[in-house]
Amino acid sequence: MSQKQTHHEQDESPPEETEEPTGSPAITEKGKELVEDLDELMDEIDDVLEKNAEEFVKNYVQKGGQ
Amino acid sequence: MRRRIIGLETEYGLTFYPTGTAYLPMEKVIGYLFEEVIPTGWPSNAFLVNGARFYQDTGCHPEYATPECASFKSVVTHDKAGERMLESRLQPARKKLEEEGFTGRLFAFRNNTDSMGNTYGCHENYLVERSLDFWRMAECLTPHLVTRQIYCGAGKVFTVAGQTRYAISQRANHIHEASSSSTTSSRSIINTRDEPHSDAERFRRLHIIVGDTNMSEYTTYLKVGISSLLLTIMEEDGKLPSVVLEDPVDALRQVSLDLDLNMPLALAGGGKMSALAIQWAYLEAAEVHFSSLGPGVFRSLLNQWKAVLTSLDSDPTELADRVDWIAKRQVVRQFMDKHSCGLDDPRVAMLDLQYHDIDRSRGIYYLLERQKRMQRISNDNAVAHAMDNPPPDTRANIRGRFIRFAKETNRPYSVDWTYLKLSGYFEETILCTDPFASHDPRVDELVATAKGDLYHI
Repeated sequence: MSQKQTHHEQDESPPEETEEPTGSPAITEKGKELVEDLDELMDEIDDVLEKNAEEFVKNYVQKGGQ
Repeated sequence: MRRRIIGLETEYGLTFYPTGTAYLPMEKVIGYLFEEVIPTGWPSNAFLVNGARFYQDTGCHPEYATPECASFKSVVTHDKAGERMLESRLQPARKKLEEEGFTGRLFAFRNNTDSMGNTYGCHENYLVERSLDFWRMAECLTPHLVTRQIYCGAGKVFTVAGQTRYAISQRANHIHEASSSSTTSSRSIINTRDEPHSDAERFRRLHIIVGDTNMSEYTTYLKVGISSLLLTIMEEDGKLPSVVLEDPVDALRQVSLDLDLNMPLALAGGGKMSALAIQWAYLEAAEVHFSSLGPGVFRSLLNQWKAVLTSLDSDPTELADRVDWIAKRQVVRQFMDKHSCGLDDPRVAMLDLQYHDIDRSRGIYYLLERQKRMQRISNDNAVAHAMDNPPPDTRANIRGRFIRFAKETNRPYSVDWTYLKLSGYFEETILCTDPFASHDPRVDELVATAKGDLYHI
């Protein structure tokens, strides 16, 4: 962990340009909201998930590729 | 900023889940998948009107090679266009099989492993200056390629010796050498295959086969963009961190299992650094090299890279909307919570596999995308456009235009990355050795004279 902290200390570059879509507070907030309504997502996953999981995964065999 | 030609080759896993027990050779499935995409009687290999190549790879995998792309966004878009093209072939192929009495469902997965430990890949191709010394380039890039999985990994639930774990990378365990010329028997971090498909005195091809296949557009963007940016630094005689890993292949596996992102990796000549620290070192080198860079694609990429590393440092779950292994891990954790099951539950293995299902009505990744949980780089319209149109700014534009013309006028033709030939009409082979050239007067003339103004630009 000490290496990570060192990196933060060394990292004194100026704040990012505003054009940046990523890691902005708005996005982070959105991420938190999404975490809260996960129930719906999990229900949908239960709906689409293959029911015969064990057999399906076991039978998923490919000839080797590159 | 100089342009670079980049292309991705993605191999897909294919499976038919029968309602009955009829044995179905995959060759038959592949045959139906390619029907209509490829002219009758041709081998399973063809260039398309968008300049891409869609073919059957070693081991019965459909493989899609994007056309030559000259921007990161273009690569992401065209890679997805290939996925959508394959998806669009699943239903027709399934219907054909049904007509023959094979009832069941057809799946294509955009991942890298099956349940038996076979692997198939996503190969990155970067056109680089021939003047760069290959072995020096490989040495400078290897620590990056080993550690970038912390934001490029596709995530994988796997079981070894009765113990089930979550790994960052799908591909890490299948790589056995730092560099080699083989892509199948002894897979390596950097492949030495050098087919530049262009002026070999000026360029070589850097062929990277260590990466996972990504579902997230954002992850693909980071993977391709940052690797390309580091190549630019080398081409411009800039400085990259002088980090040399003691055992890159071993480090690749260690990083893949290090979900806390703090495992120290042994460096040659002593000392240790974590994967994250190595990535910070690359970013710092890039910030120094590009310090005078104004706003634009590269500046934006540097900022995104920094934001990603910052989140990996503080709270990786912040990247669940961008990075595959983190998105998938979050879903897996929530599933386990809801069903009070362990990582070794077969449903979790299914969830892992189905994250990569390219059928958007079933795929877990697409469920996340539909719920606006994933950040995108491209969009549905751009991807649909790329299925029928080549990138306008590379040689693929010439190829795509030529193929469209040949198809519309029903003329037999043969095409490869560097040549175009219309059989029986215009016998001259048109060589296209400059991948940056997006127009060719001979193709313009051919199209104009054969078809009149209708096809004249």
